[in-house]
Amino acid sequence: MTRTVAVVGTDAAAEAMRQINPDVVPVYPITPQTAIVEKFADFVADGDVHTHMINVESEHSAMSAAIGASAAGARVMTCTASQGLALMFEELYVASGLRLPIVMTNVNRSLSAPINIHCDHGDSMGARDSGWIQIFSENAQEVYDNILQSIKIAEHADVHLPAMVMMDGFIISHAIDRVEYLDDSLTQKFIGEYTPQYSLLNAENPVSMGNFDGLGGFFFELKRQQEAAMVNAKRVIRQIGAEYKDISGRSYDFFSVYKTEDADAVILSAGSSCGTVREVVDVMRAEGKKIGAIKLRSFRPFPAEELAQELSRFKALAILDRSAAFAGDLGGPIFIETRSAFYERENHPLMSNYVYGLGGRDLDPSMIRKAGEEMLQAITNGKVPQIVNYLGLRD
Amino acid sequence: MKKWDFSDIQTWNWKQVPEGGIIPDTGTAEEYNTGSWRSLRPVFDPEKCTNCLNCFIFCPDAAIRVEDGKMVGFDYFHCKGCGICANQCNFDAIKMVPQQSANRGENA
Repeated sequence: MTRTVAVVGTDAAAEAMRQINPDVVPVYPITPQTAIVEKFADFVADGDVHTHMINVESEHSAMSAAIGASAAGARVMTCTASQGLALMFEELYVASGLRLPIVMTNVNRSLSAPINIHCDHGDSMGARDSGWIQIFSENAQEVYDNILQSIKIAEHADVHLPAMVMMDGFIISHAIDRVEYLDDSLTQKFIGEYTPQYSLLNAENPVSMGNFDGLGGFFFELKRQQEAAMVNAKRVIRQIGAEYKDISGRSYDFFSVYKTEDADAVILSAGSSCGTVREVVDVMRAEGKKIGAIKLRSFRPFPAEELAQELSRFKALAILDRSAAFAGDLGGPIFIETRSAFYERENHPLMSNYVYGLGGRDLDPSMIRKAGEEMLQAITNGKVPQIVNYLGLRD
Repeated sequence: MKKWDFSDIQTWNWKQVPEGGIIPDTGTAEEYNTGSWRSLRPVFDPEKCTNCLNCFIFCPDAAIRVEDGKMVGFDYFHCKGCGICANQCNFDAIKMVPQQSANRGENA
């Protein structure tokens, strides 16, 4: 039966893993994800799951082991963050290239240097070209819901791509929130059995994986297949979102909107900041200002067409990024990709990027308010004051 | 018996290549002409051969042909010409000759 609990984000992730009951979890600890696997280790020790948990010597080994286990036909999960994700960088590409549906929780934390353990999206953004599905969660409930859905999305016959589910480091991972857990048997029925077509342990249908593919080979074609799988993932994300709504009552799509029906200016963001943005929108709306919010959930695949379709009617758009792309003061990844989504369209809003929260720098409601006010003012002026802004920077 | 028919592989577009580059069959190395990589080719003198089968034991590619316990020749389709067999033969029964001259019909 459904249970409503007060837990931290890491607990919600561990609970989703417990209900999924994966076959293999190879893992290495790193702040702020360690609590997920510590909790999961309790489940393993207590016999609540049948998972074979492997404590490996590094995150590179964790992903290597995950790949081996998944290729052998196991349902595999792991968790990481920051330097750990960076350490498994080469293996991320192996996982997606071999089309293995590994599901990983990545707790967003800044990448050194300087060493900083706090919330920053730079880690997962650094892996945006790795061919992994990337889903952002605003809060602990979404973490739980997204992990469950990601298993089905990743394992779908038209997808077969690994998926990472994000949660903001410390802000969500270590803060207590209200979460509704679904019934065990309901989630198990939703998740279903993992039945890969090929696996290295299938003696009846032996195959070879990870073969060398040289100059006369098909590397280019296999990458083209991955692009097609990402396109399919868009349809599957929607489909699984609808199926999940049937069992939970909660809707999930590429993004969700808040008070945008008659908005002139909209603020787009991903992760925990979305909650704070909605608070600011409420305050500004009470003053009669026509402002709304959009929460981006799916970053990979990037819903370019759907976003452009939704956003083109607004007059101004503030895009928040919690990572730097270092293209030379040209904005963060969400800004760069959202802007590009409008290129073919005649109508697009005035757009400005607001980079915030790097290294865990607090995002104050007054900063979001500043962004909102600037966009409303920009509509009057006919242009934005600056294309790239930094919220909360000492300047 | 081979299940995977890739006879027209040179004509495949990106949709026809097996997902993830998987090879959905076993023993495909049998059809891979690694012998085409040779620059040195082994030739053996049956008169000197004592059938000790050292060459067979040491060949890394299982390219020594043995019948009824006797060394009968080389699997030139797979032999890469590494020369380990010639190196290991204690009776000088195997020597390595340039593949090019073998191509011209010399040193058969």
